Amino acid sequence: MDWGQLWEIVSAPDNVPIVAMLFLVPFFTWYGFRQALANDRLIERLSKDPELAKTHHRKVEPYREGWSQKLYVWPHLLRVEFLAAIIVTVILMIWSITLNAPLEEPANPNLTMNPAKAPWYFLGLQEMLVYFDPWIAGVVMPTFILLGLIIIPYVDTNPLGNGYYTFRQRKFAILTFLFGFFVLWLSMVFIGTFIRGPGWMWFWPGQTWDHHRLVFEVNRDLNEIFGIVNQPWVGLFGAAAVGLYFVVFGWLTHKLFVWNDFNRKIFQQMTLVQYLTLQTFLLVMWALPVKIILRLVFRIKYVMVTPWFNI
Amino acid sequence: MNDDEKSVTPEPESDESGSQRPTSLIDRLKKGLSPFIAKGKKDLRAAKDYKRTQVWKSVFRHKLDETPRNRALAVLTNVFLHLQPAKVNRDAIRFGFTWGMGGITLYLFIVLTITGVFLMFYYHPTKGQAYLDIMYLHNDVPFGGLLRNMHRWGAHLMIITVWLHMFRVFLTGSYKTPREFNWSIGVILLVLTLLLSFTGYLLPDDQLGFWAVTVGTNMARATPLLGHEGPFGSLLGMTAYNDVRFALLGGSIVDANALLRAYIWHCIAIPLILAVFLTVHFWRVRKDGSISGPAPVMLESEMKFPRK
Ligand code: HEM
Repeated sequence: MDWGQLWEIVSAPDNVPIVAMLFLVPFFTWYGFRQALANDRLIERLSKDPELAKTHHRKVEPYREGWSQKLYVWPHLLRVEFLAAIIVTVILMIWSITLNAPLEEPANPNLTMNPAKAPWYFLGLQEMLVYFDPWIAGVVMPTFILLGLIIIPYVDTNPLGNGYYTFRQRKFAILTFLFGFFVLWLSMVFIGTFIRGPGWMWFWPGQTWDHHRLVFEVNRDLNEIFGIVNQPWVGLFGAAAVGLYFVVFGWLTHKLFVWNDFNRKIFQQMTLVQYLTLQTFLLVMWALPVKIILRLVFRIKYVMVTPWFNI
Repeated sequence: MNDDEKSVTPEPESDESGSQRPTSLIDRLKKGLSPFIAKGKKDLRAAKDYKRTQVWKSVFRHKLDETPRNRALAVLTNVFLHLQPAKVNRDAIRFGFTWGMGGITLYLFIVLTITGVFLMFYYHPTKGQAYLDIMYLHNDVPFGGLLRNMHRWGAHLMIITVWLHMFRVFLTGSYKTPREFNWSIGVILLVLTLLLSFTGYLLPDDQLGFWAVTVGTNMARATPLLGHEGPFGSLLGMTAYNDVRFALLGGSIVDANALLRAYIWHCIAIPLILAVFLTVHFWRVRKDGSISGPAPVMLESEMKFPRK
């Protein structure tokens, strides 16, 4: 265990935000879910008792008969906002007094940094480079992530949970989002920051960064496993493999859409365009973990090889 | 008041001569000043009732007594505050619902703008000079180090708060009708925030920024069709000297032109674009009926599907 190495990574000034996120994200997840579960209990109670549902104010926040629903922004909201501004200022000041922003040697194209890392918030993309070629990891995936986020409101046909925390009423949406945000984005950022060392190799936390380490990985392409080595068969085989992925995972995703009564009800409301759009984006999303497993477990580099591009 | 004023006659210019009135200099000075003293006293009295002065009334356009009307006016007659309604959902004020993340993000953007303007006073976006400027700023300018640190850490913090803001908007289902469009605006704000941070990373012109931006923009080489190493790029005649990466960097490597471009994007273009989208974002929050909740919970049996 090389504590020095670990400390060097954790305390690198530009890594401090990620260390902060290690605490902030779990905290706010817990905080949000605590409210979601409280609401869910209320929902449960109300659905069992239709009479109560008619008269209940339907919130878990403190409530008293006769309280006005609305409060004046001044002073009630503004004082909270000013307080928040002061607290943020104090935090930022203390952080800025105690920790200096990094300034390395002057830029030098002839002296490659090893590892050369993107800023931490893009490390997810850089980590993706291990599993996909740059045109996918650096261009296609970011595009899909952003478009995927933008279309969320237009493909989520579930009208429940609009404006309050709930888990029960939006299981599919919330689990999918958490999977994307935590597993595919944040964890990749953490791996890129804390795990990847020189040569973008895998170093466990506390393992010394060995700049001379060489790893001989025997990576094969999927077609080689099947003994197909000549074009155009390789390309056609790859296209078939990708097609198979889409069919199988499309079918699995569809199974999720019709998992239970509630999901079926939501599914029925979807137009064909909504359904196909959602399927497309989910399939691109699942492709990342699938490729990670293919790569790490089966040592497969490409699934589809063509003269122009590889997947 | 008026009596005082009448009793004073204007003194002749040449009072040093002392020929007309044999009073002492001090007395005469007192007499001469007395109208001003009287005025001063009047002002002092008025100052106790400052809310009726012309200046006060011209600045604050309404009274400040704690009446509902004035509480509403305090917000509505202020250009900065009137982004907000006069009244809000009582439960929305609780920290628990919004976590204050949108507001904190905005506040950080403002802090970054202010510290950024100060940084610009000391920074030349030219190769060689840029690095020295940062060194000088950080080590020799009074509070320069603090300024630079606040800008740097504020930027990191803003990224975290944008993510958390998006997370809470998702968890509360606030992107649902009628706020779909504002969510999409939000995603654009997220991208702009990331780009703002990324372009700033290069500006110190040190190894860290240089390699981060090199790694980042290398991916642009692989853009399908538009990058010279991307699928079909070479078929379309892309080379290292005319593809998207070249357009981003103003060259085939990260060099002086890239520094200048990053600077202009970082200090002018992206902040302006961000401000425009922010305006739309806030305007939509209001027009979509203020923030979404905490709304009364809806039951499965009451589900109504909106038309598409
Ligand atoms: C520069 C970045 C951003 C700023 C300064 C900002 C600011 C705000 C503020 C002040 C609010 C009022 C409520 C609150 O504080 O939560 C708000 C609401 C909202 N924001 Fe943002 N936002 C930003 C980015 C985003 C992003 C990335 C998204 C989503 C992808 C988003 C989606 C929304 C939506 C849908 C609402 C309405 C929420 C509701 O009705 O409860 N915003 N934003």
